[in-house]
Amino acid sequence: MDKKIVQPISRPVQGACGVTGTWRSQRPILDTSLCNGCLICWLYCPEAAISREDRDIDFTYCKGCGICAVECGKKAIRMVKEEIK
Amino acid sequence: MKIKDLSTLEYITPGTGACAGCPSTIGLRIIGKALGENAIGFLTPSCAVASMGLTPQTCYTFPALNICFASAGASAGGAAMALDALYRKGKLQGEKPVVFNWVGDGGTYDIGFQGLSGSAERNDDYIHFCYNNEAYSNTGNQRSGATPQFALTTTSPTGKEIGQKNMPLLMLEHRPPYVATASLAYPMDLYRKVEKAKNITGFRYIEIHMPCCTSWRFPAADTIKMSKLAVRTGAWLLWEGEYGKLTLNGVTASLAEGRRKPAPLENYLKPQGRFSTMFKSPDKDKHLAFIEYNIHRELEFMAGRAKLLK
Repeated sequence: MDKKIVQPISRPVQGACGVTGTWRSQRPILDTSLCNGCLICWLYCPEAAISREDRDIDFTYCKGCGICAVECGKKAIRMVKEEIK
Repeated sequence: MKIKDLSTLEYITPGTGACAGCPSTIGLRIIGKALGENAIGFLTPSCAVASMGLTPQTCYTFPALNICFASAGASAGGAAMALDALYRKGKLQGEKPVVFNWVGDGGTYDIGFQGLSGSAERNDDYIHFCYNNEAYSNTGNQRSGATPQFALTTTSPTGKEIGQKNMPLLMLEHRPPYVATASLAYPMDLYRKVEKAKNITGFRYIEIHMPCCTSWRFPAADTIKMSKLAVRTGAWLLWEGEYGKLTLNGVTASLAEGRRKPAPLENYLKPQGRFSTMFKSPDKDKHLAFIEYNIHRELEFMAGRAKLLK
């Protein structure tokens, strides 16, 4: 008989609640020429979807809340309407 | 300390179940950078639990245990004692992990209060984080002990009749080693307070103000803007205290000393849908003046409390 004990332990994975990028109605667009790399968008992203190195936004998980666009001191991020291709 | 010097450690992975613009995940990310990898978290029922994903998947990278609503104080205190026993018996070696609670205002102000009060009095060794979004948002926005006066919730449909209680001050009067309030709008102040608390042994309490776009009814993009306005109008006070000694911090200190004029209260309350009935009522000016009076009274009271013990 298999005596392995099964415990209800969860392991961290990306997308534990699905591909949350599909929730997005607005898409943040970064203008790299205006960005001074202050990292405020990275710190304030609720989804940890903005990369620290090059501020690249992960659109698989970005929910389009727009906090990055409001908080950016250089106005380097703007929100555009998400459209179905 | 600058944002650039913060650790790359993340307490959450992308793809959480939280609403767009959720302040709880922002808060978890910032405290995670301060607490580091060697930490154990306890979560009572709240949005933080509802948004973590279904077993066997989770979006949290720290060891997290889901516990029952009223037991935040008892569970974390028990875990800290169990760890102490294991170290004493030599079954565990190395640095003792930081035990922390990540609990909403319901689990702190109302349901979890007696356990927390007992735990503070026993001086159990853990950090209690209260993320205060001023309502039971997870179950559909019911009123809590932290909901401000005149705010709409499903259980106060004409606006709450009485104001919130001053929970951080109640915790300070237990005289634990460290009590602090923080705001997401001042992340480095929050980081400093968490890092300071991490290096203290005993009961530590940090309350973080979290404007919740879903229950307060404002656009998700304005989460941090609302945090900032709450501090600048004086509706949320930043302070820290050790063994009953209290110091006002940052913007709150300059407001109390009169070096800075408070921001207009209407800028903070008007965008929030939960105050819509108050703004439509014929007594609008009377209500606004009353809120302003209460904010001023609270600020003066805390400034006076800071002067009492030096």
